[in-house]
Amino acid sequence: MKPPQRVLLAHGGGGRLTRQLVEEVFLPALDNPILATLTDAAVLPELPAGRPALTTDAFVVDPPIFAGGDLGYLSICGTVNDLAMVGARPLWLTWALILEEGVDGGLVAACTEGAARAAAEAGVTVVAGDTKVVPRGKGDRLFAVTAGLGVVPPGRILKDDRIRPDDVVIVSGPIGDHGATVMAHRHGLDAPGLVSDCRPLSGLVEALCDSGAAVRALHDPTRGGVVTVCHEVAGRCGLRVRLVEAALPVRPAVAAVCDLLGLEALSLACEGRLLAWIDGSHAELALAAMRAHPDGAGAVVIGRMEQLPAGEPPVLLETAVGGERPLDLLSGHELPRIC
Amino acid sequence: MSDSAQYSDPRALAGLIGQLREVAGGLDHRLTFMEVCGTHTHSVAKAGLRRMMPPSVRLISGPGCPVCVTPVDYLDRALALAALPDTVVCTFGDLMRVPSSTGSLEQARAEGARVEVVYSPRDALELARRRPQSRVVFLAVGFETTAPTIAAAVAEAEADGVTNFLLLPGNKTMPQVMRVLVDDPQLEVHGFLLPGHVSVITGWRMFGFLAEEFGIPGVVTGFMPTDVVQGVLALARQVAQGHATIANQYGRAVTTAGNLQAHRLVERFFEPADSAWRGFGVVPGSGLGLRAAWAHRDASSIRVDLPAPREPAGCRCGEVLRGVVDPPECPLFANGCDPELPVGACMVSSEGTCSAWYRHERWLEAGT
Amino acid sequence: MCLAIPMVLVERSEFDGVVELDGVRRTVSLMLLPDARKGEQLLIHAGYAIGRLDADEAAETLALLREYADAVVGL
Repeated sequence: MKPPQRVLLAHGGGGRLTRQLVEEVFLPALDNPILATLTDAAVLPELPAGRPALTTDAFVVDPPIFAGGDLGYLSICGTVNDLAMVGARPLWLTWALILEEGVDGGLVAACTEGAARAAAEAGVTVVAGDTKVVPRGKGDRLFAVTAGLGVVPPGRILKDDRIRPDDVVIVSGPIGDHGATVMAHRHGLDAPGLVSDCRPLSGLVEALCDSGAAVRALHDPTRGGVVTVCHEVAGRCGLRVRLVEAALPVRPAVAAVCDLLGLEALSLACEGRLLAWIDGSHAELALAAMRAHPDGAGAVVIGRMEQLPAGEPPVLLETAVGGERPLDLLSGHELPRIC
Repeated sequence: MSDSAQYSDPRALAGLIGQLREVAGGLDHRLTFMEVCGTHTHSVAKAGLRRMMPPSVRLISGPGCPVCVTPVDYLDRALALAALPDTVVCTFGDLMRVPSSTGSLEQARAEGARVEVVYSPRDALELARRRPQSRVVFLAVGFETTAPTIAAAVAEAEADGVTNFLLLPGNKTMPQVMRVLVDDPQLEVHGFLLPGHVSVITGWRMFGFLAEEFGIPGVVTGFMPTDVVQGVLALARQVAQGHATIANQYGRAVTTAGNLQAHRLVERFFEPADSAWRGFGVVPGSGLGLRAAWAHRDASSIRVDLPAPREPAGCRCGEVLRGVVDPPECPLFANGCDPELPVGACMVSSEGTCSAWYRHERWLEAGT
Repeated sequence: MCLAIPMVLVERSEFDGVVELDGVRRTVSLMLLPDARKGEQLLIHAGYAIGRLDADEAAETLALLREYADAVVGL
């Protein structure tokens, strides 16, 4: 890899410098025959049997390199996970970058390597890409935009309207690791034990779907955290989510960051965790299958579904001290508070 | 169980609530206790404590949220300063979404005003060091817990000659507004949960006047769930025994004298000033103004164009803050005013009575 | 307006200190608590140490809480 020292406007111009960037940074890292054709569009092999699934995503993260990942790694994982959550096996991704004039070439290279690593781990191929460069001051170093194509195997249906009362809610591991890592960095907290949970989850999803447990739906609690996902699910299935605070897995360092900055772990992003809605009688089966997979070692039941009485809050938390409170949606960006 | 987990031990809490039920149940009227600290509002909500209280005990919130009591014209001035060239306004996150006569600081930032959220006044001082050509104005709000941290930042600025670090004074102190509260014939409160961290700074005897002059008991209380219930229980016991004293239930953090170094620093830079509280109007001597010797640090003397202050129509924040009405009694509550689109300050801050109610208590009826 | 968290002082210089809670460390100012000693539990508010936790008082409170807990049957 031979990244430029700094990215210039010309690197996005389509001419010689763009070609250099592609041939000396992107291709070496993302190396595969389809991408290497460098044609206007990737012509793919025939799709396997099943229904195609398509997703798109945009990635903005500050800092672009954080403990446990980088923008590149995050963008591939996020796209793979979107597909995995609907039960699709992810196959082919696109990866486009918008770079700010003057951004360090080493940063772009590091993020590209991160993307390549994630793609290899997830067993997907980045088949098309693009680069644009905006003038200095018009973009925060780099943004990534992706699309992902996968296939849902025949017979597999994951949808919120299949959720029933007494279904359980399982989380695949401790919550808030990514959000806490990023917030700690932004606010001068030093926590060597804190690392983003960013991971591609397609392997874990296959293990769960193969377990024999009736999986109703899957969601990854990214932006907005577990609370946001639960509200979305409750809205779509018309049932109440009852979470149990004492069952929530939260790493001590994450809890400490939350205490210090006045944040809630339930509202922090996870980038390598999934929430699974499972037939209540299959809970143990699902847990065993998840725990046997390296990305599900910390899987636990954190709640269950029940009928929603009229006028009552859709998401409820049984507090660790024996009380109960509704969990409501974030009103906007989480801001550290002193009150 | 670790020490810190014990302060949230469900069994200890159940034991305390059982005791409370016995003590309060033996009385012939329902007890109403007021907390005057936004962090207490938050602790109660987070643990779901209100629902765990026996029916004979009611907890209400007073003007303990510094964001909620910050008046519109302070925000207007902050926005006007943020619009000036070469000026950066630094603020605690709590103030970002408070509505002014026009928009909030968050909206102003989206429109290009230079506004930075900081966690500490020291972060604002750091910014001033890094950008000597900018004038950095820190929005100095908060009660007695926070004022010393701001005074310390000014002391550091003085010692290091950081001349471009200024304050927009807006700190408030508790005792004067509490006098106004207890003087109000509409208020029916049998005791106060007193703010634990304010007391760390001031010492717990500051609230003596409540008992001595007004015959109302007060208990200095910490913030863990067991702390809060211990405070409520101590109040209930006083009422049951016909006592009215100030007691300290947060002995592990609060002393009689408080933090003398903090007093010294606040004294050095600030003096009592009249201060306007949303919902109360001007309360004499309830604010902290910069002493004349530090006029060069005072951003309130900078000339700016201010809009005519506009309080939102129908908003009953003032009465909510005085503990006279519950949020659902405000016509705008959940009907044009909610945490996504707040009208009054009580809905903006996560400690605001209306916000806490909307997020956690909405499902209870007003007055229960 | 009183979000203050107990953290242990692990290092100090003349005016600053490093405090820690569950592996998370932060630099804070000791200007308001100049006599803070390493190993003490300090209350941290807005980047400053504003007070300290008294171990004896804490022990008393915890003992009382344990009594309340022990008196509860069947939880």
